[in-house]
Amino acid sequence: MAITREEVRHVATLFRLGLSEEDIARFQEQLSQIIDYFQVLQQVDTEGVEPTSHTLALENVMRDDEPRPSFPHEDILANAPFREEGFFRVRAVLE
Amino acid sequence: MADRPLYDLTAHEAADLLARREVSSRQLTEAVLERIRQVEGRIEAFVTVTEELALRQADEADKRLAAGDASTLTGVPAAIKDVICTKGVRTTCGSRMLENFVPPYNAHVTERLLQAGLVMVGKANMDEYAMGSSTENSAFHPTHNPWDLERVPGGSSGGSAAAVAASEAFYALGSDTGGSIRQPASLCGVVGMKPTYGRVSRFGLVAFASSLDQIGPLTKDVTDCALVLNAIAGHDRRDATSAPLDAPDFTASLIPDLKGLRVGVPREYFVEGMDDGVRACIEAAVRQMEALGAEVDWEVSLPSTGAALACYYIIAPSEAMANLARYDGVKYGYSNTQGESMWENMERTRQYGFGDEVKRRIMLGTYALSAGYYDAYYLKAQKVRTLIRREFDEAFQRCDVLVSAVSPTPAFRLGEKTDNPLQMYLSDVCTIPVNIAGLPAVSVPCGFVDGPDGRSLPVGLHIMGKPFDELAILRAAYAYEQATDWHKARPPL
Repeated sequence: MAITREEVRHVATLFRLGLSEEDIARFQEQLSQIIDYFQVLQQVDTEGVEPTSHTLALENVMRDDEPRPSFPHEDILANAPFREEGFFRVRAVLE
Repeated sequence: MADRPLYDLTAHEAADLLARREVSSRQLTEAVLERIRQVEGRIEAFVTVTEELALRQADEADKRLAAGDASTLTGVPAAIKDVICTKGVRTTCGSRMLENFVPPYNAHVTERLLQAGLVMVGKANMDEYAMGSSTENSAFHPTHNPWDLERVPGGSSGGSAAAVAASEAFYALGSDTGGSIRQPASLCGVVGMKPTYGRVSRFGLVAFASSLDQIGPLTKDVTDCALVLNAIAGHDRRDATSAPLDAPDFTASLIPDLKGLRVGVPREYFVEGMDDGVRACIEAAVRQMEALGAEVDWEVSLPSTGAALACYYIIAPSEAMANLARYDGVKYGYSNTQGESMWENMERTRQYGFGDEVKRRIMLGTYALSAGYYDAYYLKAQKVRTLIRREFDEAFQRCDVLVSAVSPTPAFRLGEKTDNPLQMYLSDVCTIPVNIAGLPAVSVPCGFVDGPDGRSLPVGLHIMGKPFDELAILRAAYAYEQATDWHKARPPL
C-alpha cells in the first residue's frame, strides 16, 4: 500500500488528530487508494510551469490602519467551552 | 398563478405578488412553513428550522413593503446553508464539532440578504464542513432527493438544493468548493451557480479550502439566480480575496436568444462511465442552443482535465488541513477534557468532533504537505493548476461559454458510495476544474433520465464562463431555459 500504518500514525500525530486502531487500518487502505490515484499527476509535463496558489491576480491587499470597533468581549467568549474571569480557560500546557 | 399553491412559485413570482400587495410576506412565509411541516419528515433538508424568526422577519418585511422601502427579494422566504454564519442562529457546518456553535456575527452574504429583507426559514443540511458529494456526511442525518427519496440530493449543499426543489424555500444559498452548489442543483433539478472566485465575499463562510470556496445561489429558475446574485455580489473589504469590482446588474443577461454566442463543448468532459441518458440530454441541450442562434464548436479540447481531480484532492485537503487546525476545543465548539494532557484533549476533541470524511481530508492534506512529499504532491498540483487555468484561458479566446454535463450520472442511491471515498470523489469530475481555475459556472435543468425503479431523475447542463463574466453564462442559461419546460417540473411529493 502507498502509505504504511506507521505513516498514518505519524500524519495523525502531526495534526494532533486522535485515531483508533480501527480508524488507522481503514484509513491506511482508503488513503493508499487515493494516493495511488494521485500518480496521474506524474504523467503531466510541468517542466518550466509556475505554480498557482490563487486564481485572482491580487497581491498585498492593504487598508488604512484606522481603529474600528471590534466584537464585544462577551460575544466572543459566549461560545467558549470553559472560561474564567473573562478569559478562555485551558488546561496547563506545562504540567 | 391562481391555480398554484403559494409555495410552488419562483422567488420572482412571489416577489411580484408582494410588490402588487396581492399577498403578504406573512402569508408566503406561513405557506412555506406549512409546506415544511408536510414534506420535511421525508426530505430532511434542514439542520434547523427557524419558524419564529421567519415569522418575525416576515412581519418586518411587510412593514417595509407597506412603507415602500422594499427591494426585490424583501419578504421572500429563503434557506441558508449551515456553513454560512447567522448571528444568534446555530451554525453547525453539519458537524458535531460545531453542534452548539452560535455565531456572534453575520456572514457578509447574510448581512446583504438582511438588508434586502431576508426571511430565513432555516439552516440547510450539508456534508460536514462541505466535504462530500451526497450530504451523507452530515453528522446529523442524510437529506433525501425530492425526486426519489431513496437517492441522494448530491452535496455538499444537498440541503439547500433539496429545500428549493421541494418548495421548502423560494431560494437558498450554498457554497461550492469543487461542485457543491452545481452538483446538488443538477441532481435535484434546480438552478445553481458558483460565481467567479472573488465575486462574493467569503467573510463569515466557515472555511474549507480558501482558494476554492465560493458562495452562490440555488433557485427555481435563472431569473431568480440573477436576482439572488444581485443581492450578494460585490466587494467586501473584510475578505482580502474579494475582487475590488462593482457587480453589474445580473438581470441584464436575461435575453431569450443566443445570437452570436460562441459555445464550446470540451470533449474530455464526456468521461468514461458517463450515463447514456445524461449524455443524450447534454447533446440535445447543445443542439437546442444551436437552434437559438449559438455558434457551437464540438471539438474544444482541455487536455489536462483528466488530472484535475487529483490536483483538487491535493490542494483542497491541504488548505482544509490548515483551516481546520483552529478546532482545538478552546475558543468554541466541542471540547473533550477526558485526556491526560492538553495535547491528548486536543486529539480527543478532534477524534470525536470530526467525522470520517473530514478526518480523511485532514490526513491527505497533512500527508501532502509533510516533509519529503511537498514537491511531489502539493507543488506538482499547483503547477497542474496553472495548466488547467491556461487551457481554459485559451479555450475562452474562441468561445464565450463552455458546456458539459454537471454530473456524469443522475442521483445515486443513499449508501451506494459511502464505503468508497474515491468513487464518491469521481462524481465531481466535471465540476472541479472550474474551482481550480476560479471560473463562474451554472447548472441549469436540461431533462430527465428514467431511473431503474421508474422514477424520473433530473439532469443538469453545466455552463462555464470566463472570470467575472457571469452575464454570459446567465444569458446562455436563461435563453436555454426559456426555450424548454424542464425548470417548470416539480417533484411528485
